[in-house]
Amino acid sequence: MIAVLIFLAIVFSIGGWWLSRQRLMSKPWLEPGFAGVAPGTEAINLPANKVGLGVFLAVVGALFALFISAYFMRTELPDWRNIPMPRIIWLNTGLLVLASAALHCAVVAVRAKQLRALKLDLLACIATTLMFLFGQGMAWETLTAEGYFATSSPAYSFFLMLTGVHGIHIIGGLFVLTRTTRHAWTQTNNAALRASTELCATYWHFMLLVWCVVVVVLAGWANDFVDICRQLLPLG
Amino acid sequence: MVNMVDASPQVAENISAAEVPEVELYHPKSYWTKYIFSQDAKVIAIQYSGTAIAIGLVALVLSWLIRLQLGFPGTFDFITPEAYYQFITMHGMIMVVYLLTALFLGGFGNYLIPLMVGARDMVFPYANMLSFWIYLLAVLVLVVSFFAPGGPTGAGWTLYPPQAIMSGTPGGQQMGIILMLVSLILFIIGFTMGGLNYVVTVLQGRTRGMTLMRMPLTVWGIFTATVMALLAFPALIVAAVMMLFDRLLSTSFFMPALVEFGEQLEYGGGSPILFQHLFWFFGHPEVYIVALPAFGIVSDLISTHARKNIFGYRMMVWAIVGIGAMSFIVWAHHMYVSGMDPYFGFFFATTTLIIAVPTAIKVYNWVLTLWRGDIHLNVPMLFAIGFIVTFVNGGLTGLFLGNVVVDVPLSDTMFVVAHFHMVMGVAPIMVIMGAIYHWYPKVTGRMTIDWMGRFHFWVTFVGSYLIFFPMHYVGLVGVPRRYPELGDATFVTDSLHTLNAFISVAALIVGFAQLVFLFNLFWSLRHGKEAGGNPWRATTLEWQTSETPPIHGNFGKELPIVYRWSYDYSVPGAPEDFIAQNDPGPTKEEAAR
Ligand code: HEM
Ligand SMILES: [Cu+2]
Repeated sequence: MIAVLIFLAIVFSIGGWWLSRQRLMSKPWLEPGFAGVAPGTEAINLPANKVGLGVFLAVVGALFALFISAYFMRTELPDWRNIPMPRIIWLNTGLLVLASAALHCAVVAVRAKQLRALKLDLLACIATTLMFLFGQGMAWETLTAEGYFATSSPAYSFFLMLTGVHGIHIIGGLFVLTRTTRHAWTQTNNAALRASTELCATYWHFMLLVWCVVVVVLAGWANDFVDICRQLLPLG
Repeated sequence: MVNMVDASPQVAENISAAEVPEVELYHPKSYWTKYIFSQDAKVIAIQYSGTAIAIGLVALVLSWLIRLQLGFPGTFDFITPEAYYQFITMHGMIMVVYLLTALFLGGFGNYLIPLMVGARDMVFPYANMLSFWIYLLAVLVLVVSFFAPGGPTGAGWTLYPPQAIMSGTPGGQQMGIILMLVSLILFIIGFTMGGLNYVVTVLQGRTRGMTLMRMPLTVWGIFTATVMALLAFPALIVAAVMMLFDRLLSTSFFMPALVEFGEQLEYGGGSPILFQHLFWFFGHPEVYIVALPAFGIVSDLISTHARKNIFGYRMMVWAIVGIGAMSFIVWAHHMYVSGMDPYFGFFFATTTLIIAVPTAIKVYNWVLTLWRGDIHLNVPMLFAIGFIVTFVNGGLTGLFLGNVVVDVPLSDTMFVVAHFHMVMGVAPIMVIMGAIYHWYPKVTGRMTIDWMGRFHFWVTFVGSYLIFFPMHYVGLVGVPRRYPELGDATFVTDSLHTLNAFISVAALIVGFAQLVFLFNLFWSLRHGKEAGGNPWRATTLEWQTSETPPIHGNFGKELPIVYRWSYDYSVPGAPEDFIAQNDPGPTKEEAAR
């Protein structure tokens, strides 16, 4: 459970840092306010949907951290054999980076109120993301062609499951992104467009990060690191 | 006098408007959007609660069947061993997930959070509505599994592999286990949509003046529990997805090499322990996911009905947050008998005992709140006190079980069953009932019938003790859990059989007392006394709405402004024995005089 404990440590540090600024030491029973003065709410200085996305990403992060925890616990068992990464994975990673970059440009464009550029960037993102998904399917094909099956190789099962769950999240994101793109054509309200573009961008960057972690894990580059953690903290 | 709370600078656009024109209050247009596909958190709350209670009744009936078998073995032909396993599995899973979690977070969370923090509604009403419908779908899938070929799964609510997906377990090679896992995955997806709402509404939806430290403990409890649930439920999804893979694609995540009826199965190399880690990484926080809202609600009940501010408010908040964080690193105390590294067990025994400290602090604070309070033994208060007693009782046996050496012989006996029913069965249910009696007047505008409530309390409280207290003894003698029959072991005496029959009779009586409760709820809808807006003379915002039951938008045109914390009861010099949170109190000049 190392991976998820590390993840929780990060989430709890952020939460703790936020809480530490919430005057938890105050004595509310001594602090009645007077009429006529409307105090603030001490809410986070962001719109609700951004906070909401942040919380949601924490949930997604926990999900992947747990899958990865399970992965490392499974690698400990004697029947484990690594499988070679299909080479198309690197191409796919590149595509996802491009998609993220396109959305970054989209945010810049929408902030500068350049509607034409925005439309182009959004379309570019959709295109590269679709290609990414297609490439993931090819990766599955390659491995099956090389004779790996879910029944015979736990490493392949994990490959299938992790890329699959990541893919489902990307597809979910695509639904929202398509809606945003449609709005770029139909809507005139720049503030709403900007908000949804920014949300999509955050989501895509996060899913890119998740993808990188997944690749590092599946390629076995994190094994030594996890071994060290295990020795420090033998918690499964 | 201390002056205004220093509020951190805020961009006003991120705080909801205090005043809105009439047109912006969302008015549902038809019957369908008003009562069925409603986006109003209060309606969603009722929908959640109704569904949870309905499926909870199924679990209650299952507990009768379980007890009939244990009390009078061999009498009922239709309770085969397979059926018995299906009954305990469905009973446990429904009670823990589909009743308690859904009712506390989906039911009470939806109703109380917006009203208590002074918001018009949840921040994402559409997702909130979807949350309920997906929950309903999850419940329906669960119900379908009762009628599927082979019936529901009988794997035990912990669903441990490898047995969960093998042919010897009811539903293992049929639809039962698949429907169970799918239903859980749906539940979690639905919950996540609702959970985002509860968290973000508390973070961003508070009205002016409602700082975190002025929130009622109910909101703190539900908020923290929701954060925990959002982080813990993914572990159950991961476990469920991996088990579905094992079952449907014959992968070997959890499945070791197995021989069944002399035949080598396809599986090999997987680890059942891996499942246990994932399951309990969810399972232990789950205990606190139902406990923390109960802690919060009971604090408010006690304070209101003892007309006294809650003792140690800050400590209560810290304890809730501390327990929430700690509960993520104690999961393996459920796995002491899984053959783990002794150091591992030592670590988890230590964390388990440490988490008892903030929990004990909360108990002391409740008792100290009662101390010299002006105690009104209203029905909600009876249930609150019943909770404290039961919780202490179950908590103490928990301390025993948290020690490896004590747990090893007691593990998987009826002692454990008695322990967890006290601490997470009866205790939270007591709070739920107290809370329903407490907030019923706000939800419906009428009081419940008092004598029925008292009758319900005494039968439930005394009855639960008659069920679960002797059950500890049954476990100590050595009766294992999850056994439909005891056979002729030497420790099984006649008196043990008598005791088992006694427990079963008590269980039936307690079960039927719940019908009085339900009858009361329906009867009072028409025949209860008019409650008025604030029958308990409570301070929190939900009691200060202009209409009862509150209308859509909760507070009419203007949101309340909060001037004080939520526990100003019996303040010396105040004209009444409570000061509402939105009561500005004396003006500066008056105070100066
Ligand atoms: C109406 C009162 C209740 C009675 C009489 C009752 C009785 C029982 C009995 C006899 C068992 C089976 C023990 C065994 O053979 O292993 C059981 C299991 C269980 N009960 Fe209850 N119960 C009640 C309420 C609850 C509640 C409110 C909860 C909520 C937490 C709950 C959670 C469980 C769980 C988790 C199991 C374990 C199921 C398993 O072994 O897989 N019960 N109950
Ligand atoms: Cu536990």
